[in-house]
Formats: sequence, C-alpha cells, structure tokens
Amino acid sequence: MTTLAAPAKRRLANSVWGVVAWVAGIVFVFPVIWMVLTSFKQEQDAASNPPTWVFTPTLDQYAAVFDRNITPFLLNSLMASVFSTLFVIVLATPAAYALSLRPVAKWTDVLFFFISTKMMPAVAALLPVYLLVKNLGMLDNVWTMVVLYTSMNLPLAVWMMRSFLLEVPREVLEAGEVDGAGLLTSIRKIILPIVSPGLAATALICFIFAWNEFFLAVNLTATNAGTSPIFLVGFISSEGLFLARLCAAATLLSLPVLIAGWLAQNKLVRGLSMGAVK
Amino acid sequence: MTDVITRTDPEPEAPVAPVKGGAKERWVRRAPLLPALIFAIVVTQVPFLVTIYLSTLDWNALRPGDRPFVGVDNYVTVLTDTRLRSALLNTVLLTAGAVIFSMILGLALAVLLDRKFVGRSVVRTLLITPFLVMPIAAALLWKHAIYNPAYGLINGLFGGSTDWISSYPKAAVITTLVWQWTPFMMLILLAGLQSQSEEVLEAARVDGANAWQIFVKMTLPHLRQYLELGALLGSIYLVNTFDAVFSITQGGPGSATTNLPYEIYLTTFRKFEYGEASAAGVIVVILTIIVATFALRVISSLFRMEESR
Repeated sequence: MTTLAAPAKRRLANSVWGVVAWVAGIVFVFPVIWMVLTSFKQEQDAASNPPTWVFTPTLDQYAAVFDRNITPFLLNSLMASVFSTLFVIVLATPAAYALSLRPVAKWTDVLFFFISTKMMPAVAALLPVYLLVKNLGMLDNVWTMVVLYTSMNLPLAVWMMRSFLLEVPREVLEAGEVDGAGLLTSIRKIILPIVSPGLAATALICFIFAWNEFFLAVNLTATNAGTSPIFLVGFISSEGLFLARLCAAATLLSLPVLIAGWLAQNKLVRGLSMGAVK
Repeated sequence: MTDVITRTDPEPEAPVAPVKGGAKERWVRRAPLLPALIFAIVVTQVPFLVTIYLSTLDWNALRPGDRPFVGVDNYVTVLTDTRLRSALLNTVLLTAGAVIFSMILGLALAVLLDRKFVGRSVVRTLLITPFLVMPIAAALLWKHAIYNPAYGLINGLFGGSTDWISSYPKAAVITTLVWQWTPFMMLILLAGLQSQSEEVLEAARVDGANAWQIFVKMTLPHLRQYLELGALLGSIYLVNTFDAVFSITQGGPGSATTNLPYEIYLTTFRKFEYGEASAAGVIVVILTIIVATFALRVISSLFRMEESR
C-alpha cells in the first residue's frame, strides 16, 4: 500500500464522500423523479407491478387534467399568491425599515410580536375566521384568501426584509444624508440596489407558502375560489386507474413552486429561519 | 394569533440607538410601521379573542336556538374527552418523530454537503426539492405511488403485499413528513457548519485531532444553537400538520393518526360543536406558546450573535 500525502488523501476522501452525497441526493429526489416519470405514462403502465421503467411517453394525462378543468384552480392560486405577496411586500418593507435602519423605540417588542403571530396555529383562529367570512358573504372568494395569506406571510417578510436592510452599510447612508440626499433618493440610489436580491427572495418565499397553503383553502374555498391544492382533494380516495393523472396534476401544480424555490435557494434558509440564520 | 410572548432574555442592542426626538419625530418613525402592525393585529389577534369567547358557549351549529354561556364546561369536556387526549398524544408522537428523524438525516446530509465535490450545488438543489413539492401533492404521491399495496413502488421493487398505510399508519405519515422536512433541517444545519471558522478546524487538524474528534468536540457544540433552532421551528410548523393526515390516513385507522388540528377540524366541520372546537383551539394555542417561548429564546440568542458580528 502506498501512503498518500495528506492533501491527496483528503482529496480522495472528498471524492468518495462526494459520490455518497450524489447517491443520497438522487435517493431523496427519487419520489419526485418517479412522479414526473409516471405523469408521462399511460394508466396501465402507471399501475403495473413490478413498476414499468421503459414506456413511450405520452402527454395524455396532462390533457386529461386540463379536460378536468385545472385551469381555474391554477388561476385562483396565481391570484391569491401574487396579490398576497404584493401586499406583504408593500406592508413589510416599510415596517422592516422602521425596525432596522430608523428604528422606533420599542422595535424588539414589535419584532417579536410579529413572529409570535406566525407561531400560533391557524386551527385556533379557523372558526371565528370562518364565521366572519361567512357572515360577510366572502366564503369561496379569492380575496379572502389574499387577505389571509397576507397575514400568514407578513411576519416572515418583516423579519427577512429587516435582516436584508441591516446589510445596508450605515456609513454609506450617512454619507448620502450629509450630501443632502433625501429619503427617496437614498432609498432609490443606496438601499434598493443592495436589498433588491433580498426583496426578490422574500417575495419568492411568500409566494411558495401561499401557493402551497392547504388548511385555510380547504375550509374556506369551494368551486369558485378553489386554489391549486384543492384540485388534488378529489384524488384522496380515488379508485381505479388514476395514478398517472394524479402525477400529472401534482407535477403541474408543484412546478411554479419548484421554480420559485430553485431561484430563491440561496436565500431559502434565511427565510425559513426568519432571518436568524444567514 | 395571540398576545406577545414575553421573553426573559436581555434585549439585543439596537443597531442604531432610537433617537429621543420630539413627538413629531417619533410619529415620523412609526408611520411606516403602522399599516403592517395594524393589519397583523386585526387579522390575527381579533379572531383569537373571538375564539376565547366562543369557547365559553354551548354552541352546536346543528341545534337551533340559544347558545348559553357555560364558562369552562367546554374545557372540561375537551380535557376529559379520551378522543382529544389521544389526539394530543398523536400530535406529540407525529411531531417528535418527524422532527427527530428529519434532524438526524438533515445533519448527515449537511455534513456531506459541507465538503467540496463535483456538482455540490446540483446535489443541494436535488436535496431541497422534496421541501418544495406541494405538501398535499407529496402526501398523495406517497399514499398512492409509493405505499399502495397493489402497485406502489415499495412493494413493486421489493415484493410483498404489505398495506403500508393500514399496517403502519403513524410511520407512513412520519416518513412522508421526514422526506419533506429533512431539506429544511439540512439547510439550517449546513448554514451552521459553514459558519465554523476554518482556521480553528485547521489548527485542530494540525494538532492531530481526527475527523470524528473534531466533529464531536468542536462541530456539534458549535451546531447546538442551530440544532435547537431547527428542532423548534420544525416543531412549530409540524404541530400544525394537516395536509398529510387529511390525505394519507384521514386520521385513521380508527383514530391512530388523528392529531389536534385534524380533530379540531372534525369537531368544527363534521360535528359542528363550535364551542368545543374553540376550547380545543385555545388549548392548542397554549401548548404552542410553550414551545414558541423556547423557540423565541433561541432565535433571540442567534439574533444577538448576528448583531454583534
């Protein structure tokens, strides 16, 4: 046996562990790969035992899903997610500013108030929200979901935006003020360029949570305002040949969030930990 | 959806000391904050206060007529109800099981990803993908495409005709949750690993410490806060698990996987016992406050670390 020099040995170890990591990654993502593969099968191939690996791909299942009118569900989700994200950003960014760069007196209390609202289970507020929404005649209405998703994502966005705003170097801001830059100028010229990647990541994460939300949607919407997850409810106790169609629907409905998540992945951890971890 | 949770920690230093200006200056500072604050109070606090009020009424929506005030009767009913106690136990088991296993897997994956190798960012992208799949889609994928006794992937690959969901209902739900939440734990722990100082690790290596010693003596203690944060945030999200129970098992067989959110959902929309459902909701909030108080303590200590950096 030849003795390897320490750096060479470490390089070898790294490539061995690299292979292990690749295997782990593929095992983990395999159910997703299987979902996508199955979505391109015919129903008989999808429900075969042993599993079918070789098949002629078909778009039949996607066509079937569109025949079953998935489009309104996608549009409702798009509306609920995009508008709630927009409102969240409009509310959270100034609030984060008032909690970071020009803090109000009790800024820590306010910050922790926001996060405590995020920690409370939706199930505890469901009944009053349901009764109120029902009395207002707003059941099964997309705008109800917009308001609820805005409040669901607001604390996350406040914390995230605050952590991005804190990265604006104070000296630059102060130098700008000395040069007579007004608030709008310093927002446009100094703050925005620095925080815009953070702003985008915050928006993407809010979009993901709104798109995937199920509990409120299943209890407060039905045929008019049903969002994407609601389309899948019909598959819960399906019988017969439906697996390929389910996979096609699941792939289609997950796609917007997969794209948003891949785009935001470098900032994902900061969002999920409320900005506590960078 | 409740009051501010009081923290016992010392307050972190303000990044900029709040200026003690006049009343006008204070309102100028507050103005950008107010819309968000008022919105959050109205949408999250008011419903909770209403929940407390409803929890004192004897109100079944199927019974017309008055809704008498019954004080704490609903709480007594709820706390002595065996169904609710079993839902509480199931919540603890499902949450703890999912958090512990996703934490262990997430730690292993984070350690793997902390090394340099070809395609590291691709592997990271693969690993976060399960977290992004719509939860109800993931639950149905596991239920039908993986666990199904006739054509599911497990029996398809390994043979047998086990009906995984009815034989191992809790494990089936937990496995699905672990698959979705491991990426979350991995990301938090990876951030922790990457915040270790490379010089210190190098110095330990020069001093002859082996990889295992370094991991146990240096890395794990450094990761402690990140492990705590992952566990607590994970618990807060997973205590509310609804999608997986609703779609994989419908709480069954029997009530083997009925957790508190699902039980409250049943009480509200299947039995229409509004009073009891509200009382159960208040109890869930109290339990969450207990967990959340710990979570906030961890977050605020990480927060101080970040501030002082």
